[in-house]
Amino acid sequence: MASLSRADVEHVAHLARLGLTPEELARLEGQLNHILDQYAKLAELDTDAIPPTAQTIELENILRYDAARGSLPAAEVLANAPERDGDFFVVPAILGGE
Amino acid sequence: MTATAERAASALERYEAVIGIEIHCQLRTASKMFCSCSTQYDGAPPNTHTCPVCLGLPGALPVMNKAAVEHVIATGLAIEASVPEHTQWERKNYFYPDLPKGYQISQYAIPLAADGRLTVDTSAGPFTVLIRRAHLEEDTAKLAHGDAPSSSGYRTTLVDFNRSGAPLMEIVTEPCLRTAEQARRYAEELQLLLRAIGVSDADMERGQMRVEANVSLRPRGTEPFGTRVEVKNMNSFRAVERAIAYEIDRQAAAIDAGEPLSMETRGWDDGRQATYRMRSKETSEDYRYFPEPDLPPLRVDRAWIERIRDGVPELPAARRKRYVAAGITPYDASVIVADQGMTGAFEAISAAGAAVPAKEVANFVTGPHARLAKAAGLNPRGTAGPSDPREIAAILAAIADGTVGRPIGRDLLDRHLADGTPAADLLATVRSTISDDDDLLAHVEAVIRANPKAVADFRAGKPVTGFFVGQVMRATGGAADAARVTALVRARLEAEG
Repeated sequence: MASLSRADVEHVAHLARLGLTPEELARLEGQLNHILDQYAKLAELDTDAIPPTAQTIELENILRYDAARGSLPAAEVLANAPERDGDFFVVPAILGGE
Repeated sequence: MTATAERAASALERYEAVIGIEIHCQLRTASKMFCSCSTQYDGAPPNTHTCPVCLGLPGALPVMNKAAVEHVIATGLAIEASVPEHTQWERKNYFYPDLPKGYQISQYAIPLAADGRLTVDTSAGPFTVLIRRAHLEEDTAKLAHGDAPSSSGYRTTLVDFNRSGAPLMEIVTEPCLRTAEQARRYAEELQLLLRAIGVSDADMERGQMRVEANVSLRPRGTEPFGTRVEVKNMNSFRAVERAIAYEIDRQAAAIDAGEPLSMETRGWDDGRQATYRMRSKETSEDYRYFPEPDLPPLRVDRAWIERIRDGVPELPAARRKRYVAAGITPYDASVIVADQGMTGAFEAISAAGAAVPAKEVANFVTGPHARLAKAAGLNPRGTAGPSDPREIAAILAAIADGTVGRPIGRDLLDRHLADGTPAADLLATVRSTISDDDDLLAHVEAVIRANPKAVADFRAGKPVTGFFVGQVMRATGGAADAARVTALVRARLEAEG
């Protein structure tokens, strides 16, 4: 399995919005590659006869009927908001990309 | 045609536009996708329709809304898509304040509907749009720009989570469209379809149907795709057509001038009638999809699909075809089918008066009835204001069989629409207006003298009484009692024979 480069680690850190120091990047590069090595070991197993598994609990079709029930009071919803404006949550402005 | 549209048309002589459409529509359900919060939050104060699930609080568990799943399957059946036996949910990871969990629950690997199609009428004839997939996901929160600086001095964004978690269906076409008109017609026809099967109100202005277009150009006769631009914020069908025409013109001008185009997202500014750059898309999206561990997979068996199929009503295309077969012009058929109110009135009046020609009903529904419906709205019987489908059918029947002349008949319809007077009362007033036999006899006499050939036919034993009655009714503007006219015509013809 291909190993992660420093650039890959920086990219993933950016996607996760983590600001990392060069030391942290170096440490994580090692740790992540170690994890990938373990997966490479698992990948040696012959799994051709095993269907892809997205779930380990053997449930399916857990559905509910479409009926509306009460929501939380706005005061409770906003109780932990770091900042609010009326009944809105307030966050730093996001300009540009997602 | 606008100047931009003209330039776009001229650009399309040299370049081929490659257009793909993505449409997000809010599904018509009572509750949200994964929780029981109400979807009736329009106009409600912010953050009053939320709970731990749609706020993304830790430990909250989502549970699928069965109606939302069925709405997507119904849509899939209506666009002739295939529905998989098994599907699952994925997390689409990105950070944005409208997404409190840091991921959107969506479908990635196996959409609930795949490989569909929808045929639309365009000025260049029918065009079939290939639909790649339709899948189910949850809507995001609504953001507004805060004007007052926060206590920290930064500019702020206000978040309202009422919309967060509302069920959303994303429908993606293949990049198979070639003109702005095809794109507009596709969006229009899809809206009709979604409303006909009752899965979405699909109101563009209210954000229940959001259309995005991917547009690129390539020189005619070449295969590789050009640089793709995504266009958003088109809040009407006209905006869809104009924004795409604008992009075709803009991109062609750039290519002609040798200027590089960049992968970007552009918004449509309806005031300026132009697209503007919103953000770059140079870095490819990296959503790190993975299966949603909080939701068990979905198995869709044949019996369930068939139950849903049974509930899918007549689709707009089939309805137009049926109307045209019944004698309505294709234009009137598409006008009626494009408007749910007109369709309902047409069906109600037709059902009440099986003998009335469809064309009579269509003329009435698209004419005087439509004007009143606009002004006074529809009643529970499906017709406008105080009117009633049975009474309308009775008057239309009288017009159709010549009992009442057309000008008078139109007047009767107007009177019925105005105050709901029953047809029998209205027809009785007409029948009593010319009841003097001398007046009627003068008309009968004139008609018989004017039609010697029909009199000869009568002598030869042909059934011509109805013809004479019709002529007399026409001569009196329908203001005569048809039964009395028939008796007088018979008596006069007997004398002639």
